[in-house]
Amino acid sequence: MDRIMNALAALLTALVVPGAALLASLALFGAFVALVGVNPLEVYELMYRGAFGSWFSWQNTLTRAAPLILTALCTALPAQLGLVIIGGEGALVLGGLAAAATGVALDGAPVALVMGAMGLAGMAAGAALIGGVGALRHRRGVNETISSLLLTYIAIAVMNHMVEGPLKDPASLNKPSTAPLAEAYQIGPLPGMDVHWGLVLGVLCAVAAWVLMSRTVFGFAARMVGGNPRAARMAGLPVGRLLIVTTALAGAAAGLAGMVEVAAVHGRANAALVAGYGSTGVLVAFLARQNPLAVIPVAILFGGIGASGGLLQRRLGLPDASVLVFQGIIFVVLLASEAMQGRVRLFAPAPILPAAAKEA
Amino acid sequence: MDDGSLGWWGVPLAVLAGAIRISTPFLFVSLGECLTEKSGRINLGLEGTLVMGAMTAYAVSYGSGDPWLGVLAAGLAGTAFGALHASICGLERVNDIAVGIALMLLGTGLAFFLGKPFIQPQAPQLPAISFGWWSGSAQVRSALQVNALFLVGLALAPLLLWGLRNTRWGMVLRIVGESAEAARAMGYKINQVRLLATACGGFLAGVGGSFLSLHYPGSWNERLSSGQGITAVALVIFARWDPMLCVWASLLFGGASALGPALQSVGVTQGYYLFNAAPYVLTLAIMIATSSSRHRLAGAPAELSVTR
Amino acid sequence: MGNALRFSRRSVLKTMTAVGGLGALGAGMPWTSALAKDLVIGFIYVGPRDDYGYNQAHAEGAAAVKAMPGVKVLEEEKVPETVDVEKTMESMINLDGASLLFPTSFGYFDPHMLKEAKKHSDLTFLHCGGLWTPGKHPANTGSYFGYIDEAQYLSGIVAAYSSKTKKLGFIAAKPIPQVLRNINSFTLGARSVDPTITTAVIFTGDWSMPVKEAEAANSLIDQGADVVTCHVDSPKVIVETAEKRGVFCTGYHASQATLAPKGYLTGAEWNWAKVYTDYVKMAQGGVKIPNLVRGGLKEGIIKTSPYGAAVSDAARKHADSVKATFMDGSFVIYKGPIKDNKGNSVIAAGKEHGQTDIALESMNWLVEGVVGSLA
Repeated sequence: MDRIMNALAALLTALVVPGAALLASLALFGAFVALVGVNPLEVYELMYRGAFGSWFSWQNTLTRAAPLILTALCTALPAQLGLVIIGGEGALVLGGLAAAATGVALDGAPVALVMGAMGLAGMAAGAALIGGVGALRHRRGVNETISSLLLTYIAIAVMNHMVEGPLKDPASLNKPSTAPLAEAYQIGPLPGMDVHWGLVLGVLCAVAAWVLMSRTVFGFAARMVGGNPRAARMAGLPVGRLLIVTTALAGAAAGLAGMVEVAAVHGRANAALVAGYGSTGVLVAFLARQNPLAVIPVAILFGGIGASGGLLQRRLGLPDASVLVFQGIIFVVLLASEAMQGRVRLFAPAPILPAAAKEA
Repeated sequence: MDDGSLGWWGVPLAVLAGAIRISTPFLFVSLGECLTEKSGRINLGLEGTLVMGAMTAYAVSYGSGDPWLGVLAAGLAGTAFGALHASICGLERVNDIAVGIALMLLGTGLAFFLGKPFIQPQAPQLPAISFGWWSGSAQVRSALQVNALFLVGLALAPLLLWGLRNTRWGMVLRIVGESAEAARAMGYKINQVRLLATACGGFLAGVGGSFLSLHYPGSWNERLSSGQGITAVALVIFARWDPMLCVWASLLFGGASALGPALQSVGVTQGYYLFNAAPYVLTLAIMIATSSSRHRLAGAPAELSVTR
Repeated sequence: MGNALRFSRRSVLKTMTAVGGLGALGAGMPWTSALAKDLVIGFIYVGPRDDYGYNQAHAEGAAAVKAMPGVKVLEEEKVPETVDVEKTMESMINLDGASLLFPTSFGYFDPHMLKEAKKHSDLTFLHCGGLWTPGKHPANTGSYFGYIDEAQYLSGIVAAYSSKTKKLGFIAAKPIPQVLRNINSFTLGARSVDPTITTAVIFTGDWSMPVKEAEAANSLIDQGADVVTCHVDSPKVIVETAEKRGVFCTGYHASQATLAPKGYLTGAEWNWAKVYTDYVKMAQGGVKIPNLVRGGLKEGIIKTSPYGAAVSDAARKHADSVKATFMDGSFVIYKGPIKDNKGNSVIAAGKEHGQTDIALESMNWLVEGVVGSLA
C-alpha cells in the first residue's frame, strides 16, 4: 500500500514542476500576444476550444499527435544511451518512400501481407538510416547529432529524386508521386472516430519502448551505457551492439511513422511527406524528458497546439508562427524548470522509496 | 566570348562566386559557434539566431534606411539569444543541446511572427565592393562583387585564432572549455566566461543572418534559411574548432552549394536533387573520413558534450 | 536585444496597419459570429500570402471577395499539404460555419480535398489546378485554372526584343507539365521573333528556395542570359537579383514591377479576383456552380503586367497584336510542326493543340531551343 502511495506521490511531484512551467509559458505567451495588441484571454479561450474544446477538436488534436509519438521515439530511445539524434525527419521520409514502393510492388497480394510488408519496409528504411548513424558513431566516432541532421537532408534529396525519377507514377502529372496504393492497402480511421490507426500504433510503440527500456535487461544495459559509457564498457557490456540496435529501433519507429503517413494520409509517397513531424518529434522527446511513456501526453499537447493554430489565425489575425512561438516558449521554460526538478517535495516520502532514484 | 557566354568555364567561376556569395553566413555562424564551443558549450540554437538576425536586420534597415544599423541590430538580437542560451544552460542539470533546440524553435518562431510585415517591402541593401575592375568580363566582375561582411569574416578568423592562442582572454576561455574543474580551481567564474563566449557567438550568428537578408539573396522571407545555421554548427566540428579551418570549410560548402545550379545552367539537368545535396554529402564524407572512434578529435574542447 | 526587438515590434504594429492584407493583427478584431445569411468562405494558402507570388495572387482574389456584401471570408496561410489541410478545412466548416472552400494549393486536391468533400457532400469545394474530372471526382467539388502560358508566350515575345545575347534564362521549381508548358510557351514566343534564341532552364527542386533561386539566376546571367523569368512560388528574389545584375526580367503569378523598376519588362499574372467574385455571385444567387472553370486572357483569368519602360515600341506592337488574337480566341500556341530539344517531332505539321486540349496537360518535353533536359 505504501508503495503505491509513494509511487503516486512521486508521480504527482514529478508533474508539479512541468505543470507550473506550462502555466508560466501560457502566461509568457499571453504577455507576448498582449504586446502585439491581442487580448490574451481570448487567445487562451480559442486555444482551448481549438485543441480540446469539443469532440471535433479532440480528434483534430489526436490526429496531429499520432505521427509525433513515433518520431519522438526516434530521439527518446537513443537518448537512453546518451545520444542526441535529430534525424527523425529523414527516417520518416525514407520509411514512407520504402513503404509506398513496397505497397505498389506487391499490388494484388493479400491485404494483411501487403500491410505487414509495408510496415516492415518502412521500419527497415528508417532503421537503416538511424542505425547507420549509430554505427558511424560507434565505429568512426562521428558525432550522431550532426550526422543524423546531414543524413536527413540527404534522405529528403533521395526521396525527391526517386518520386520525380525512377519511382514516379507517370499519371501523377503536376504533383510528382509514386503510384497510389490500392484502396484496400490504406489504413482507415478508428471505429467511431476520425482518427486513423496510426495513433494506436504510436501508443503501442511508446509502451513497448518503455517496457524495453525500463523493464528488460537490454534497457538496463542501455541506460548504463547512457549513464557512464566507460563503466559500462569495463563491465563488459556490448556497447556497440546496444548502440546500433537502439538507434536502429529508433529509426524503425520514425520509419513506421512514414509508413503510416503514406498508408493513412497520402496514399502515396511524395514531397508532402516532408512536413516537419520529425523535427517536432525532437521537441516532444526532449519535453517528455526522453521518457517513452511521457512522449504520449506531450505529443497530444503539441497536437493540440497545432490544432488551435488555425483558430488563432482566423479569428484573431495572429500569424501562423504563433504556434512556433508558443512551442518555443514552453520548451525554454520547461528546460529552465529542470533546475527546479527534485527541489519541490510535496509529500514526505515513506522510507521504502529509494530516494526517488534520481541523480542529484 | 563575344556573345557574353562562358560555357563550361562558367562552372568553376560560379563555384568560386558561389563560394564568396553563399559562404558568408556559414562563416559567421561557424566562427561564432567556434568561440562558444571553445568554452565547452554547444549552441544548436544558432539556426534560430541566424533567422532572427536576418529578420531584425531587414526590419531595421527598412525602418531606418541604414543597412549597417540593421547589421548592428541583428548582432544585438543575436547577443540576446546567446545570453539567453548561456543563462539557461548555467542552471543546474540543463542540457545545452536541448536548450539549443528550444532556442532554434523560439528564434525561428519569433522571427516569422514579427517578420510578417517585412516580407513584402524592400529594405536598403548592404553595398558590395568591386574587386573585378581589372577584368573585361562582366561575369568575373559580378563574381568579384564582394560584400564587406565577407571580408570582415575573413579578417576575423585569424584574429580569433590569434586571440584564442595569445591573449589572456583566449587562455581563460580555453581552460574553461578544457576543464571546468581546473578553471574553477584557478578562480574563474565558469558561467560568466561561457555567457560571454555564447553571447559573442550569438552576435556573430546574428550578423551572419543579416548577410542573408541584406545582401545575398537580399530579401526577407520565411524560407530564407534552409538550415544554414545548423549546418554551420556541423562545419565547426568538421573544421576541428580552428577558426582558419572554419573559413575553408565555409568556402567549400558555399562552392559546393553553387555546383548544382551552375551545372544546370550549362545543360546538365539530370539528377539535380542529388547535386543539390552535394554539400551535405561532402560534409558527411569528410566527417566520416576524419573522425575516429579511438581518440577524441584533435582540437575538441574536452568539456564539450558532443565530443564525449 | 531590447532595442532591436522593441524597434521591430513597433514597426510591426506600424506596418501591420499599412500592409492591408495583415491589418487584423494590430486591431485584434473581435469575432462576431457570421449572420445566418452570410456566406462563409474559406481560403487556404500553402505559403505566406504576401509572397509577391502564388499565394499573394490568391490572397488578392480573396480580398476582392471580402469587399462583396453578404460574405464572411476566413483565411489561413502556411498550411502544409498533409492532414493539416484536411483539419483546417474541417475546422473552418465545424467551428466557423464555412460552406464554400477554396484550398488554393495544387497539392491540396488529392487526397485531402477529395476526402473532405466526401465527408461534407452538402458543401462546395473548389480547387485551383484544373484537376476535376467528371465521373471520377465528387459533384460538390470543382476546379479552376488559367492558361497562364498565353501570358508567358507574350512575355517571350517581349523578352526576345529586349535580349541582346539571344539567351534567356528560366528558373523553375520542378519539371512538371504545368511548368514545362510555361517554359515551352515562353520559348516559342521568343523564337517566334527570332528563331536563334535559346532558353536555359534551371530546376531548383522546390517551390520556395530563395538562396538556390538567387544562385540559379546568377548562374544563368553568368552564362549570358540577359532576360530571366521563372515559375516558382515567390519570384521576388529572382526579380531582385536580375535587377541587381542589370539584366531584364519578366514576372510571374503577380506583378513584381515595383521590385525592378529598370528591368521589369512585363509579366504573366493571375486574375483570381474575377474568378472568385464570379463564383461567389453564383453561390449567392443560387446558381449551380460549374465544376470546371478554365480560361486564359480572353476569359479574363489571366492578365499581363503593364509594359516596363525598357520595352521598345516594336516589342509592344508585336506583343499587343498577338494578344489581340488571344483575346479573340484565334491564336494557337501549340501548332505543328514542333520539335523537342532532342530533335524529335512532338507535334506534327498541320496538327494543332488548342488551349483546352487535354494532350497539353501531360506535357513531358522541352521545346527546341530550350537548353536542359528532364531527369
